[in-house]
Formats: sequence, structure tokens, C-alpha cells
Amino acid sequence: MSELAAHAGEAHHEALQHHFTSLEQQRAASSLGMWVFIAQEVLFFGGLFATYTVYRHAYPEAFSAGSHHLSWKIGFFNTLVLIGSSLTMALGVYSAAIGKKNRVVGFILATILLGSVFLGVKYFEYGEKIRPCLGDGPHTGCLVPGARFDAASLHVKGADLGHVQIYFSLYFAMTGLHALHMIIGVPILLTIAYFAWRGRYGPEYHTPVEIVGLYWHFVDIVWIFLFPLLYLIGAH
Amino acid sequence: MTSESRTLPADHYLKSGWDLKSWLLTTDHKRIGLMYLVSITLMFAIGSIYAGIVRWNLLVPNGSQMSAEAYNKAFTGHGVVMVFFFLIPSIPATLGNFLIPLMIGAKDLAFPRINLLSWYIYVIGAALTMYALLTGGLETGWTFYTPYSTVFAESNVAVAAVGIFIAGFSSILTGLNFIVTIHKMRAPGLTWFRLPLFVWAHYATAIIQILGTPVVAITILLVALERLFHFGFFDPNRGGDPILFQHLFWFYSHPAVYIMILPSMGVISEIVTCFSRKRIFGYSFIAMSSLAIAVIGFLVWAHHMFVTGLSVYSAMVFSALTYLVAVPSAIKTFNWTATLFRGSVQWDTPMIYVFCFIGLFLIGGLTGLFLGNLGTDVHLTDTYFVVAHFHYIMVGGAIMGYLGGLHFWWPKITGRKYVESWGKVSSLLVFVGFNLTFFPQFVLGYLGMPRRYWSYPEEFQILNVLSTAGATILGFGYLFPFSYLTHSVFRGEPAGDNPWGAKGLEWTTQSPPKTHNFDAVPVVDEEPYDYASPPKETVRV
Amino acid sequence: MSSEHVVSWKVYLAVFLALVALTVITVEVTGHDFGPFNLVVALAVAVTKATLVVLYFMHARYSERLTHVVIASSVAFLVILVFLLLTDYLSRPWSLVAVG
Repeated sequence: MSELAAHAGEAHHEALQHHFTSLEQQRAASSLGMWVFIAQEVLFFGGLFATYTVYRHAYPEAFSAGSHHLSWKIGFFNTLVLIGSSLTMALGVYSAAIGKKNRVVGFILATILLGSVFLGVKYFEYGEKIRPCLGDGPHTGCLVPGARFDAASLHVKGADLGHVQIYFSLYFAMTGLHALHMIIGVPILLTIAYFAWRGRYGPEYHTPVEIVGLYWHFVDIVWIFLFPLLYLIGAH
Repeated sequence: MTSESRTLPADHYLKSGWDLKSWLLTTDHKRIGLMYLVSITLMFAIGSIYAGIVRWNLLVPNGSQMSAEAYNKAFTGHGVVMVFFFLIPSIPATLGNFLIPLMIGAKDLAFPRINLLSWYIYVIGAALTMYALLTGGLETGWTFYTPYSTVFAESNVAVAAVGIFIAGFSSILTGLNFIVTIHKMRAPGLTWFRLPLFVWAHYATAIIQILGTPVVAITILLVALERLFHFGFFDPNRGGDPILFQHLFWFYSHPAVYIMILPSMGVISEIVTCFSRKRIFGYSFIAMSSLAIAVIGFLVWAHHMFVTGLSVYSAMVFSALTYLVAVPSAIKTFNWTATLFRGSVQWDTPMIYVFCFIGLFLIGGLTGLFLGNLGTDVHLTDTYFVVAHFHYIMVGGAIMGYLGGLHFWWPKITGRKYVESWGKVSSLLVFVGFNLTFFPQFVLGYLGMPRRYWSYPEEFQILNVLSTAGATILGFGYLFPFSYLTHSVFRGEPAGDNPWGAKGLEWTTQSPPKTHNFDAVPVVDEEPYDYASPPKETVRV
Repeated sequence: MSSEHVVSWKVYLAVFLALVALTVITVEVTGHDFGPFNLVVALAVAVTKATLVVLYFMHARYSERLTHVVIASSVAFLVILVFLLLTDYLSRPWSLVAVG
């Protein structure tokens, strides 16, 4: 009962949902909910990382050959872009916490911009590998696993041919799933930016910005592991 | 138990809207629980039809009733529907959704809209999977073993895989909602060790749902990808390892069986204490055992793979861990039994199901020990011994608990009583039918009859006929509650707030509860299951 | 994130710079051949970067203990998955199916 009285003033905050007794309870629940969601995402990607572990242990040369074919410079650039987007996201949450509405919008738009750059680069990287597989012809340079896979372009011999296809299967599955998470994140960020522009968030309530931020940082963390594991295998 | 004549309360959650929109757009956890109840009952009926087809085929030894392919599709359909669309959601999505906010003194779950979303996701997943099963079917077994499922099967593997993938997110969201709700929305005074054991059980279950389901989700997605794009993760021709699929699949699917049984154990704890009129024995041990089962359950998965080509050293590790996971279940069983000792046992229908559960779960659990042992498993694996073992747990255990829970809380959910004599008759039918169906299968397995075989040696026929006869009785046993419970919704006698005289916050509200559950936030100041003191009066404002 | 605690923007900038530096290090190490240690270093750097993101960008440093339990549990169970998988793969006396 006393908890209700203490938060009586907040009962009128428009963002408070009816089943919560206070804004703080709502914020704590939302935050915990996002962390629990992230926990299941760790296991979701984790299945792929486990698969990667098994096959890299079994086929180290094939993985090395596949990895050498990727451009580490592009991966490095994309890593910096994504880390930068995490910085802008964190600064967006910070701006909401200190009540600077315009900066919130600005930093979230910057996050979206950097995320889009990342996706654009990925589109280019994928295109290089997928375009040769389309249509008729010799499919030189095709790196999509399957009948049209062109191992000759990787200078891989005999027994390792099948194994290097597994490397590329993992490459597409892991970076593809990661990219999908970013693609899903962009409209969510846009929505938050819109509501921020409408003045919905302030120091006493900016929970959606906070929890979307948690999601975005998680997507960054996945890439932090993907970059060395896919792009930097073996000495260059 | 109060004896004044009763009417239904003037205002309750079922009255806040009659049209389709008030149901399909509801965020009330009680209505969502009922929508789940309707959906999973439908899926149970479909799964039972598949079971009927399987048992029909096994009446004769030579497979003359149907083609082998049709039989394979039948047992696969039975497994897929029952595991993913009945057992996994059953108690959490129906009773859990309905009761958890009531039990902790909250107005709803933490995320009501996500709750509704989880139901829609379930329905979409179920619709897609049924589409796959009915147009062309699936013959891989519910376990989707590769490379058969990825390379050789000519059925709707990819579509079914996507349907199951989608349904998995329903389970994850339910678990997420429960964890946050139980942590953040307990009423004042409701400390962790005052929580009902039903809530502890769902908390432990939710942990498994969150940490296990995503792994099978990604695995089944990889199967779909391999079917569609030939990725080769599990294809030996490209260096893939089919055993890796099994590892990833069972990493979830073993803990999944604890998702299926833990909520049921929670129900048993609630009923056994109420109908013994006695405080449950070893409350904290039962609570901690639920957590222990959830955690240790993640460490034993490869006991499903002992004969597949696993390293024998790895198998030894998993076998030892499997023996460990039996311990907390045994602790619980002992504690329930100890609760009965010197209690005042009331033989109402929910309690009959408790006795069924304890006896049948005991048999199921003990037979699991033979399977966990490497040596005996070599002979028993992939035989009917395994089939009998898991049906004793899943049907003799989980479903008995589900039925007991439905009967126990039915008055709270609907505001009405069912006819008790029908309850007793049905429970007897279910018990007899169940044992007649599955006990012969222990013998068949021991004698060497393999599972998933369309035909079998003639000397096994009599046991198979007995099993099919039992399945028929069991089917009638299930039809009866469906009929009289549905009938009670329209014609049942009003039950009053607390017809059983039970402890627990849900029994302090009216039956059926108001939409927002409690008019004022309840304050909890007594220990759970304090049957020595009289039941609390309903709080009316 | 604690509802009261606002972290200074300077902390975020410092973490960002540290993350960039660590990324440069991990690329640099790949240029040398340390054998199996290349992987060890790569993972150590990645874990350090992830820890910085979790602690500071995601405010885990200033969050309640329950958040730490959730994070630790997810990592722990991933480790269980990989570790128990490896008890199989590392103790098999035969290699995976050879390609014909």
C-alpha cells in the first residue's frame, strides 16, 4: 500500500502502464525483459558459434583458406563503423537521460546512418561472392555452397573442397543472421527517433531508448566475435 | 468449504466483452490463457488422431493396414504435434498464464502485449506445420535426423521446420514474460520462499525455455537452409557431421522434457498439499530441486545418442550426469509422499490425478535409469522400452498433472463446478487405459521390438493388440473431461470463491476473477500452505 | 541501468577509443604467426572488447545484481554447450567423414 502512496505522483505519467504500480517497476521490468531476450540471443547465435568451433577444429586449413579469401580491410572498416554506431547509441541514451531532445534524435540518426553503412558494405561483399553464381556460364568465383561453388578460385585442393564449403556456409549463415538483426534494428531505431523528436522521452522516462540501445550493443558484440573468427584466421 | 448457495459474481473477466475483437485483441492474461487452452486442446486432438493411426497399423504384424510411408508420416505427425504444439506449451501457456499473476498478487504479467503476441506466433507456427503435415506430410520422425531430413527426404521438411521454428518463439516469449513477472511484480510481503511451488516450477521452466529453445531454433533453421540452399553443415559428402545435428537438437530437446514435466510437478505440489490439508513437506527442497532439474537437465543430452557414433568417453560423462539429474526428481517424489503421511486425504478428482502422477512418474523415472546406463542402453535404445519410458513420464506424469490442474482450478477459471462423479470415472478410465497402452510396450521393448517400425515379428502381436485396446480406452478417457468440463461452463453449479478451501492468493479472489484481478494490492504475511490456520476471506472492496 | 546513475560522456568516448585500439591490435597480431596462440589472442581481445561494451555501453557496471546473473547464465550455458560438444569431438579416435 505504501508503495502506491509513494508513487502517487507518477500514477499520472502517461507512459505508465496500468498493470505496473510505478514507473520504476516498469523500467526495471522492461530492462530485465530486454536482458533476458539478449540471453536467448546469445544461445541463438551460440548454436552457430558451437558449429563453427566443431568444424574449425576439424578443418583448420580449409577455414584458413576460406578466411584468406575475405578482405580483412573491409572487415576492419566495418568493425570500426559498428563500434562507432555503439558509441552514438550510448550517447543517444545519455542525451535522453540529461534531457537533450535534439541530441537524442541526432545520435539515433547517426546510429542508423552508421548501421546502414555497415549493411551497404555487406551488400557489396555478398554481391562479389553471389553474383558469379547466378545465371548460366562458368560461375567463376561463385562462393555460395552448392553445385556451383567454385573452389578453384580459392586454390583449394581435393579433400578440402567440401570442407571449405562448410566455412562459407558458416560465413553466410553467421553474417547473414547478424545482418538480419541489424535490418530489424533499423526501423525500430527510426521509431524511437521519431518518438524522441515528438518529445516523448526525458530524464524521468526514456526506457525505450535504453532497451533499444541494449539490443543494438548486443548486435555489435556479435560482430566483435565474428570479425576475428571469420576474417582473421591464421596468419596473413 | 463454505455451504451457502451461490451465484456467479456480477462482474468478472469473461463479461468484459463478448465479441471476437474482445478476445483476439485482449491483453488480459486470463483470456489469453483460455485462447491457448482452446488451441492446444485442438492440437491434442490432432496428435491423438495420429496416435490412433499408429496404433491401428500396429494391430497386425505384417503392415497390411497402410503403406510404410504412411505409417512413418503418422508417427512423425504424432510426435511433432504432441511435443511442440501440445506438451511444451500445455501447462505454462494455459494454467501458468492464468494463474501466475493471481498467485503473486499482480494485475497481469509484465508484458501483456507480448503475451498476446506469443499466442499469435503459436497459432501461425501451428498452422504452417499442419499445412506441411497435411499436404505431403513429414516422415523423418519428430527428431529430424540428418542427413535423411536434409538430403534424402522427399517431404515437407523445410516448411515444417519453419513452422516449428516460429512456434519456438512463442515458448521463448512465454518464458521471458514469466521470469520478469516473477522477479518484478510480486506483491508486498511475497518473498521468494513464500511463493507457491507452482510459481517456482514455472520459473525453473522459463529458464529452460530461454536458454534451450534458441539452440533448437537455429538448428532447425540450419536444416531448412540445408534443404533449400544446400549449405552442407550436416552432409557427410561435404565433411559435415550428422552427429553434430543430433548434439544441437538434443541440447534443447532433452531440457525440453523438463519444460514438459516441471510445470506438472508444480501442479502436483499445489494439489497434494491442499487435499492432504497439510503443509507440504520440504518446501525449500522442492523449490531448489526445480532449479536443479532445470540446470542439470542441460548437461545430459547425449544420453539420446549413446549408439550413434559418439565418443565412448563422452558417453561415459553424459551417463554419469544422467544419473545425477534423477536425484532432484526423486527428492520431490519423496516430499510429495511425505506430505500425504498423517495428512487428511480428500479423494476429489484433482487428488486422484496426483496419485496417478506419483505412481506413473515413478515407473517412468525408474525405467529411465536403465536407459541412462550405457550397457543396458545398447540393448534398449530405439526399442519400445524407450517409447514406454517417455510415455509414462509425458502422459502418466505430465498429462495427469495437467488434468489434475485443470480440475483443481476449473472453478476459479470458470466460476463453476464440474460433476465430481464424472471426474472420478474419467480418471479411472484414463489410468486403466494408459497402463494397458504402455505397460505392454515395456515388455515389447525388452523383447527387442524396435520403435518406428511399420511391421514386426508375429510373436509380438498380442502385446500390440493389448496396447491398441488400451489406447482406445484412453481416448474415451480423454473425451469425457472434454465433454463434462465444457458442459460445466454453461450448466455447472456456481463454485464460490474457494470451493476447495485452498491456500494461495488466487483463492482470495472471486470466481471467476475480475479483469484486473485485485481491487487492492494484497499484502502477504503468512507462510505458504499454512493449512493449520483457516483460509483467508476473499478481499472485497 | 540504474534509474539514477548517469554515466559521463567521457567514459563512453574512452571506451570507444579502447575498442578501436583493441581492434587495431587484433588485426596487427594476425600479421604474425604465433601458431595456435593467434586464436587465443584473437578470442582474448574479442572477450575484452565485449566486456567493455557490456559493462559501459550497456551499463552492466551500474546495474542490479540480477542483470549480472542473467548475463553470466547466458555465457555459462553457451560454454556448457561448446565444452560438452568438445568432450565428444576431442575424444574421438577417428576424424570426421573424409570427402571422397
